[in-house]
Amino acid sequence: MTVTIDENSTRTLTVPPRARRTPPARDRRKPLITYGHWWWALPAIVLVIGVHYVATLTGGFFAFTNWTGLGDWEFIGLDNFVRIFNDPQLLGAVWNTLFLAFGSVILTNIFGLLFALAINRMLKTRYILRTLIFMPVVLSPLAVAYVWKFIFQFNGPLNGFLGLLGLEDLQKVWLADPTWSIWAILITVVWQQTGFVMVIYLAGLASVPVEVEEAAALDGAGIWGRFWNVTVPAIRPSIAIATTLGIIQGLRIFDQILALTGGGPAGATETLATEVYKQAFSLGQFGFGSALALVLTIIILAFAILQHYVTRDRDAAGRA
Amino acid sequence: MFRYTKATAVREVIVWIITLAMLLPFYILIVTSLKSDEETLTTSAVAPPSSLDFSAFVEVLTTTGRNSIPMSILNSVIITAGSIFGLVLLGSVAAYVIARRTRRWTTITFYLVLIAIILPAQLGTVPLYIGARSVGLTGNAIGMILLWIGILLPLSVFLYASFFRGLSTEYEEAAVIDGATPTQAFFRVVLPLMAPATGTVAILAGLIVWNDFFNSLIFLGGSTTQTLPVAMYTYVGGLVSAWNKIFAVVIISMIPILAFYMFAQKRFIQGFAGGLKG
Repeated sequence: MTVTIDENSTRTLTVPPRARRTPPARDRRKPLITYGHWWWALPAIVLVIGVHYVATLTGGFFAFTNWTGLGDWEFIGLDNFVRIFNDPQLLGAVWNTLFLAFGSVILTNIFGLLFALAINRMLKTRYILRTLIFMPVVLSPLAVAYVWKFIFQFNGPLNGFLGLLGLEDLQKVWLADPTWSIWAILITVVWQQTGFVMVIYLAGLASVPVEVEEAAALDGAGIWGRFWNVTVPAIRPSIAIATTLGIIQGLRIFDQILALTGGGPAGATETLATEVYKQAFSLGQFGFGSALALVLTIIILAFAILQHYVTRDRDAAGRA
Repeated sequence: MFRYTKATAVREVIVWIITLAMLLPFYILIVTSLKSDEETLTTSAVAPPSSLDFSAFVEVLTTTGRNSIPMSILNSVIITAGSIFGLVLLGSVAAYVIARRTRRWTTITFYLVLIAIILPAQLGTVPLYIGARSVGLTGNAIGMILLWIGILLPLSVFLYASFFRGLSTEYEEAAVIDGATPTQAFFRVVLPLMAPATGTVAILAGLIVWNDFFNSLIFLGGSTTQTLPVAMYTYVGGLVSAWNKIFAVVIISMIPILAFYMFAQKRFIQGFAGGLKG
């Protein structure tokens, strides 16, 4: 048996790169097809830059001027801010802004968490309850404020209820009382926002495995121990979101104040948001109004950045 | 071991009592709006009306002139619908390009959008008002719609972008291989798959625009075009203690939102919690 080897069969054939017909390896960054057209993003970019960036920066510039919307203006440095921090009325507005923000956060979180814990497990009607308790959240704050304005009237239901209990001493003209009017606004806000906080906590509680709770209960942990050692650690991310979001919302409360008290009595319920509106748009003090808006913006931004960090930590913890 | 026991039943009853007490303002709102002028002043707030009296609603819905309630409802509907349409259209196409293309400028644009969500709107209001006034965009619905699209676009782009990132590219690749242009692939294939994102954007934007008082007060102030909340504010300001009429306006302003809410409450709750978290 003879084996003939065709010498050509073993010859390696190298095609010089220049002569290759195969297409070059595709650029990884270039996809197979084009996704839309690049100019689809253009209207959005223009609108976002114009409405958010240009407007905000221009507003920040106005804050250092004495512009009144018409005619000449001068660059007056920090004069607007010196005026704000020397005016007891405006300092009161800063205080009221913080009071409403922190007050609403504390109360909505307490009530929201209690509702969430109460309806989280076992209740047969928990979805109906959730729908009902969340309902005020979707309504216009202005409309809600009118309902409460009626309740806080001197001859309204609240005083009527106090009279029924024999507590006539406590009856007040709630919305015209320098001490209590801000509390009336706070109650209105808390009533409307509790459902929102409850929903955030319900989402957090859904992530607590029932087995862990049962195990803790079998090991002899009481309700209180289970709450602090099982539930609270599990819903820590929800607490971070609910508190920071609540503060940011609370700092901008405006509609309820205008409807309930208009900032009165004698400026007792003015906040930075209502002062911005009054100075800039009622009095035409665009420069001074912008300075107030800048103070409010810096406070909001501080909490917004804080929120960004706490929610980012939540994502990192979730991945770990 | 967690079973429905007597204690659970007691808890359920207690929660119901507290919830109903919390919803008492709605009851007061409804019964008062159905009372006659005289009964509003003389009867207790929680007493039901002796006979159903719809005169407050009739009076509110037949107001005329600058702050007519029916006209303001129409304006609110136009502004809300126009804003939602613009936010869905511009937001979805921009988010699509930003999410699907991996170029440096799309990444920068995405961060631009993210920062705009955090940036508080207060400081920009005065310059926006002056700018809009100088080009004739205050006091009319078109200016208001453009303003809302600008204000809420970051939210819309962000929501759409996160939905697009979760969608495989195979759908539009298949469409393009079958001969669709990029435009057809997006509008016929991708956008219909984005119905949940569109629903979330529409609900959030619709609620914010319909319920807004501050921006309408400033940008439509003094004009004949008023939205429902501003018309309500002006109308109520002219009434002293005519609570049946005030509450009739309040109820009219709540009905559209509550109707949508009852219809899609799960989507509302999820959209609200999820959208605002961004």
